Amino acid sequence: MVIYFVFLTISAATYAIFSLGLNLQWGVTGLINFGHVAFMAIGAYSTVLLSLQGVPIPIAVAVGAGLSALLGLLIGMSTLRLREDYLGIVTIGVSELVRLVAKNEAWLTKGTFGVQGYPKPFDFNPNYPTKIFFIIWLTAICGLALWRLVLWMRVKNTRLINGAIAIIFVLTVDVCGSLALYGALPPYYQYDYRAGLMLLTLTTLTVVYLGLERLVNSPWGRILKAIREDEEVPRALGKNVFWYKLQAFMLGGAIAGISGAFYAWQFSVFPDNFEPLITFNAWIIIILGGAGNNLGTIIGAVIFWGYSEVTRTELFKNIFRAVHLDDTQQGAFRVMIIGLILMLIMVLRPQGILGNKEELTLGK
Amino acid sequence: MSNNYIPMSTQPLLLAQGLCKTFGGVKAVQTAGIEVAAGSITGLIGPNGAGKTTFFNLLSNFIKADSGQIELNGQKIHNLQSYQIARLGMVRTFQVAKALSRMSVLENMLLGAQNRAGEKIWQVLLQPTLVKSQQRESKDKAMSILNSVGLSTKAYDYAGSLSGGQRKLLEIGRALMADPKLILLDEPAAGVNPRLIEDICGHILNWRKEGLTFLIIEHNMDVIMTLCDRVWVLAEGTNLVDGTPTAIQNDQRVIEAYLGID
Repeated sequence: MVIYFVFLTISAATYAIFSLGLNLQWGVTGLINFGHVAFMAIGAYSTVLLSLQGVPIPIAVAVGAGLSALLGLLIGMSTLRLREDYLGIVTIGVSELVRLVAKNEAWLTKGTFGVQGYPKPFDFNPNYPTKIFFIIWLTAICGLALWRLVLWMRVKNTRLINGAIAIIFVLTVDVCGSLALYGALPPYYQYDYRAGLMLLTLTTLTVVYLGLERLVNSPWGRILKAIREDEEVPRALGKNVFWYKLQAFMLGGAIAGISGAFYAWQFSVFPDNFEPLITFNAWIIIILGGAGNNLGTIIGAVIFWGYSEVTRTELFKNIFRAVHLDDTQQGAFRVMIIGLILMLIMVLRPQGILGNKEELTLGK
Repeated sequence: MSNNYIPMSTQPLLLAQGLCKTFGGVKAVQTAGIEVAAGSITGLIGPNGAGKTTFFNLLSNFIKADSGQIELNGQKIHNLQSYQIARLGMVRTFQVAKALSRMSVLENMLLGAQNRAGEKIWQVLLQPTLVKSQQRESKDKAMSILNSVGLSTKAYDYAGSLSGGQRKLLEIGRALMADPKLILLDEPAAGVNPRLIEDICGHILNWRKEGLTFLIIEHNMDVIMTLCDRVWVLAEGTNLVDGTPTAIQNDQRVIEAYLGID
């Protein structure tokens, strides 16, 4: 049960990093990207293929992020001068292109069989001091999250209940993670690489989140938001709009490339893993959380993964069976419910969980 | 008509010659030009559809001219990108004021500041103190401009909550943040209530005293008469006449262009 929670945390954090990249592109800058999964695929394939060749994992990840940014540069150079709906069409095409190349160029990507047996980070048996170090490390990250949460809650009284839920969640992550890192969990009662992976994913998520927060709230981020609103204004004020769009697109792509590495370590690397559906999951996550809001994106990822895993449990399966849905129908039904939730959010809270209502109601 | 009112300095701040632009079969602007003396307030008038706004777009290179030359301070600028032209000191505003409504008034203003360290990713990440101190400077400057146009109480409101006239003021203030030499104003008085028009005119005269130059498109003749040293008339995409406001007002050709010839 607890190791399952660790699995969930890695998945949610990986999707959170992935969606943060899209949030920078779309939520902040207003660039419509329907092919975000392409960056993830490039990141995942680069990381595992290079590390199979003996390249150290951090360098492999960095190269993956770099290649993703390069893909962003190529797409951006050719389309960012066009109107944004063209960008949407081109990106979805590129993402399918990347997937099909991965499927067919077997000499490079091992084709439909996928890449297997690649090295994973922290995949060793740590000694006692290392375990303690890992646990302190995890607790420090959780402590940072708690501190930010308390600051967030102090602004308004209405945030108390939500904040309390979030605090309990963070504490659960800390406790479960520490147990897993220590190796105190059934069935094996020993350290599993997933525990270390969770630590690494959460660390990366923290770094990406803090970096993006600083960037989005800087003059740099202000220019991106101005582009989202009306790009002629920054242009009239001496800002190189094309270059800023390109930067947002490349940085968002690089972040998605990093998330690709974690995707590879957490799940697997098959071409068909990188379907357009993954992109739209990220869109759901951002819309849930509130476009343009980094913290909202993380919360959206947690809710998205919470939902898709909880409805996979035996309890829910039995409920579904009670209303005569067989196991294959259940999968489709779960997606339908997500659609329904999205519609309800659009009607009742169009700004998303953390979005700002006022921003949506203001006309041009 | 005469150009005896302003003693022209040897070199105008802005000089455009022979600008042409066709959209499909429509000759929006054909061989139009303008001269703006440094320190002047120059007006650009003409009947609806005369090509004034297109002419502005050509000057600022928001639309690329088919042919023609533009010089700012003696430097050829017609091959530069519009953002580069803005950096050289010629900042434009828009006919329908473009306030970035989902950003605060203050943030709108801060966008106008030039050459800030915080506009580069690496400086935001690696030199946070420099970025912060520059932001403080820009904020002080923005607040003093907002103060002078009477928008300081609105600084932290969304720009979308401003009235039409306040948006015009915000847009001019935002342009001022860029420390321009020349500001192009496209109908600063359109859709603004008469009280605020007076205010806007007063501000423009003040800023001119501080050394700024203005090129103004305007339909409101009172505004043109109050503000301008020299007026250029555009009709059917080409220069009709130029001269002092009073001379223009009594020019038969201008009257014909506005009212049509029988």
